[in-house]
Amino acid sequence: MNQFRRAFLKGAGTVGTVAMAIATGLLKPGAVFAATWNTLAFTTKDLSEAISNAGYAGATDSSDIVIKAPDIAENGAVVPVSATCNIPGTTSMAIFVEKNPAPMIADFAFSNGAEPYISTRIKMAKTSVVRVSVKAGGKNYTNSREVKVTIGGCGG
Amino acid sequence: MADAMKMRATMDGDAVDVKVLIQHPMDTGLLKDKNDKLIPAHFINQVVATLNGKTVIDSQWGTGIAKNPFIGFRIKGAKPGDKVGINAVDNLGTKYDGEVVVA
Repeated sequence: MNQFRRAFLKGAGTVGTVAMAIATGLLKPGAVFAATWNTLAFTTKDLSEAISNAGYAGATDSSDIVIKAPDIAENGAVVPVSATCNIPGTTSMAIFVEKNPAPMIADFAFSNGAEPYISTRIKMAKTSVVRVSVKAGGKNYTNSREVKVTIGGCGG
Repeated sequence: MADAMKMRATMDGDAVDVKVLIQHPMDTGLLKDKNDKLIPAHFINQVVATLNGKTVIDSQWGTGIAKNPFIGFRIKGAKPGDKVGINAVDNLGTKYDGEVVVA
């Protein structure tokens, strides 16, 4: 239980982090959605603001984050993206699309044996860099990949 | 609303490969309808995945996830017969729950 407690104390320091979510989830197993939605990070139009509000600021570039996405997406409304992180001790992963009206796409926290891998489909307003950031061993890492979009997914 | 969710969990080596499809409009709140009125935002914003009741993935989503969201993930140490659950909620408070037994 000691490491849970440590995670809780660590999480309590930074407001709105996913660590907080996990920790409170452990303390109250009955409540499924322990975390409140990170409104600040998801609603901002500014990429760097979104990244720092989500807690992924100051990340080092790392090729150990493998992003799979098409070079050219025909339809920006549905762009398949998957990401795997090969850095040991990865606890969470977030996806950002730099030129979207709301750059932050999603944030995933892994625990209890979940592999640091996510596959999903995202919206892209126009050709942009897709950035995947991870937290591993108390440090932040990031990698990016450009996806060309021929038809945008947000706004007609 | 279990009908809105399709799930599949299959073993792949020592991990289980889970694929989830949820039917949801995922409206961003930025698009307009035919009458030039904004369609209000309506999107899934929190998704929790569990293995036998224990949280494995705790995620928050924004409006940038595509309509009828798909998510794929892998959990180590699962075995056939284990239960993988998904609890999702959208910004209007509607809950979407699903469960599948690992094949």
